[in-house]
Amino acid sequence: MGLTQMEVTVDELKHLVSGRALEGETMLLNMGPQHPSTHGVLRLLLELDGEVVVNCIPDIGYLHTGIEKNMESKTYTQAIVMTDRMDYLNTMGNVLVYVLAIEKLVELDVPERARAVRIILTELQRIASHLVWLGTHALDLAAMSVFLYCFREREHILDVLEMCSGQRMMTSYFRPGGLWRDVPPEFESAVRSILDLMPGRIAQYESMLTKNPLWIDRTRNIGVISGPEALRAGLCGPALRASGPTWDLRKAQPYCGYELYEFDVPVGSNGDVYDRYLCRMEEMRQSLRIVEQALRRLPSGPVVSANRKFVPPPRSELGQSMEAVIHHFKLWTEGFPAPQGGVWVAVESPRGELACYLEGDGGPKPHRVHFRTPSFANLQALPLLARGHLVADLVGIIGSLDIVLGDVDR
Amino acid sequence: MGIEQKLGNLGVVTMSLEKAVNWSRTYAMWPMLFGLACCAIEMMAAQASDYDMSRFGMELMRASPRQSDLMIVAGRVSRKMAPVLRRLYDQMPDPKWVVSMGDCASCGGVFNNYAIVPGVDEIVPVDVYVAGCPPRPEALIHGILTLHEKVRGEKLHDWA
Amino acid sequence: MDHVDKAVDALRRALGASILSVDVFRGQTTVEVAPDRIPDAVKQLRDDPELEFNYLAALTASDRWPAEPRFTVLYRLYSLPHNVFLGLHARLEGNAPQLPSLEPVFPAANWHERELFDLFGITFTGHSDLRRILMPYDWVGHPLRKDQPQGYEEVQFTFNFDEIDRRKPYARK
Repeated sequence: MGLTQMEVTVDELKHLVSGRALEGETMLLNMGPQHPSTHGVLRLLLELDGEVVVNCIPDIGYLHTGIEKNMESKTYTQAIVMTDRMDYLNTMGNVLVYVLAIEKLVELDVPERARAVRIILTELQRIASHLVWLGTHALDLAAMSVFLYCFREREHILDVLEMCSGQRMMTSYFRPGGLWRDVPPEFESAVRSILDLMPGRIAQYESMLTKNPLWIDRTRNIGVISGPEALRAGLCGPALRASGPTWDLRKAQPYCGYELYEFDVPVGSNGDVYDRYLCRMEEMRQSLRIVEQALRRLPSGPVVSANRKFVPPPRSELGQSMEAVIHHFKLWTEGFPAPQGGVWVAVESPRGELACYLEGDGGPKPHRVHFRTPSFANLQALPLLARGHLVADLVGIIGSLDIVLGDVDR
Repeated sequence: MGIEQKLGNLGVVTMSLEKAVNWSRTYAMWPMLFGLACCAIEMMAAQASDYDMSRFGMELMRASPRQSDLMIVAGRVSRKMAPVLRRLYDQMPDPKWVVSMGDCASCGGVFNNYAIVPGVDEIVPVDVYVAGCPPRPEALIHGILTLHEKVRGEKLHDWA
Repeated sequence: MDHVDKAVDALRRALGASILSVDVFRGQTTVEVAPDRIPDAVKQLRDDPELEFNYLAALTASDRWPAEPRFTVLYRLYSLPHNVFLGLHARLEGNAPQLPSLEPVFPAANWHERELFDLFGITFTGHSDLRRILMPYDWVGHPLRKDQPQGYEEVQFTFNFDEIDRRKPYARK
């Protein structure tokens, strides 16, 4: 499989560009896969009338990894490693949705302590993801210091993740039945120090951007989409909530114990880039609220289910019980079987609705895994949002949709 | 060093041209923004506050290949992206170096399927491989410093 | 559950024999619809003022080769006002499956159907722009089908290191 020359001629795209392009009145510009403002390897074919975008055709697939096909040849537990790498800013959320799907399929219980820790880490991951979003979005709109501040805060959160699982980003910490291992004793004080630190820092970012006339000029009334139109286009997450509809899966279809915590869901009204920015800033604050409540009520107990058919026994048991050795052997060599049938599980990732369709076929490997990723659905709406705006605004719109190309291409 | 003894304390330092050229190349090596996937986030973290790469001369990342010396391939290279990668490498002027950051760029990483090129060294010649999934920012900086050592040992006719 | 039952009844009244079965697995209801009536079923669910299924969340497919019917295309619809979701699926067989496109009903289905065309080879009639979306433009085959190989390369251990090294195409300049 050598390198083939793949070029798409204007003939093949004739049906997508307007007639003016073929006459040469408008210009077709390639905003290539390698570009500092496309947040990854996204290729946009822009039809420009001067500086104004007449049409914008996204071309994706430059990061397609074949994760769904690759997971079909690994056992359920081995495939957890691959889910981390899809939306690489929300690694905990990806693993959470996959593990919840496995637990629903095989009807496995999860102890209370594991659910609380899952919620704490998922919400911390949401804050970390929003920090990267804010840093890169502000960087694109020429506010460079925000980028440096956000990454400094993110280091604190990554320290907590590293303390639990040993890895900063691709943790694979959630396993079917609970967690890989219990949180270390320094966990509570580390999370508490983040809870003390973050509100002041978020206020700092807001003071730099929210009332800044330059920021408002660049984001107000840019990329406006109304509520019903957003629903028809398939938008989800903060991009949808900024246009009006209150749809947050943590409130609507609670999973993993979210119904026990009190938090608000920020909703915008205008549906422009500025409203999406405000929604995400408020979401960071609400995530801190959830983490605080979860940390306060963190129950004690086991962190993993006792069902030895799916969860490997601890090493201490192996020296004493024959069944433990047999379970250990079976789980590590073959894996656990799942019944025939398909389940859908959806969680609210920082980008929107992340759903997993898991189909088992009676064997130890998944028959079909599909991830309905929010960035894929949100990026579809980019041509609708970008029409009639300048190229510089297009950069802001892409940033406000908060797409992660690993999520789009899988 | 005979000339230094004769000139005494005139404030003159002599060294071979090779050393001078290599020294200057290491201290102002500008990486090209080639972040593809997860490793790109760690590369951004290495460039940002806590693990500052500007201390090593890499103040900014140039998006244009015409203005950069170092291509840090950070992330998995899919088959659709491979020709683009080669084209960008060809557009970089000499002298140029390639750091393959992360497992996916070095050997295909976790993925072993139809869509990923198993190792970016099938497409461009790599100077330093940095292992990790993703490598810590300190690991990336260690890789860059290893590259600096390699550059200091280069001969003038390598890039002449 | 009540709202879901109402929806299933409404579908049965509107489409009659095209509703082939209703399954409930792990508390999730899926209605099997005959392939050519899928847009009608979805339109019924969307336009009925009592049902209000106004959001298409996902569209995916699964391949059961060599068992027939081979492909199962799954739809997931949400009713945001009533906070209910319902699944629909259609079974297709053979090597060149076809299905009417859902794009006129929900524009959100555009890229999802392109992805299914790319990865499974399911053609959607009436789609505005059916091209490959994730694979390179000149790729041959549909990767996610079960009769397509995973395409992996042999892992390089110490015992076969030199052998693989000789065959692997390295770039030297």
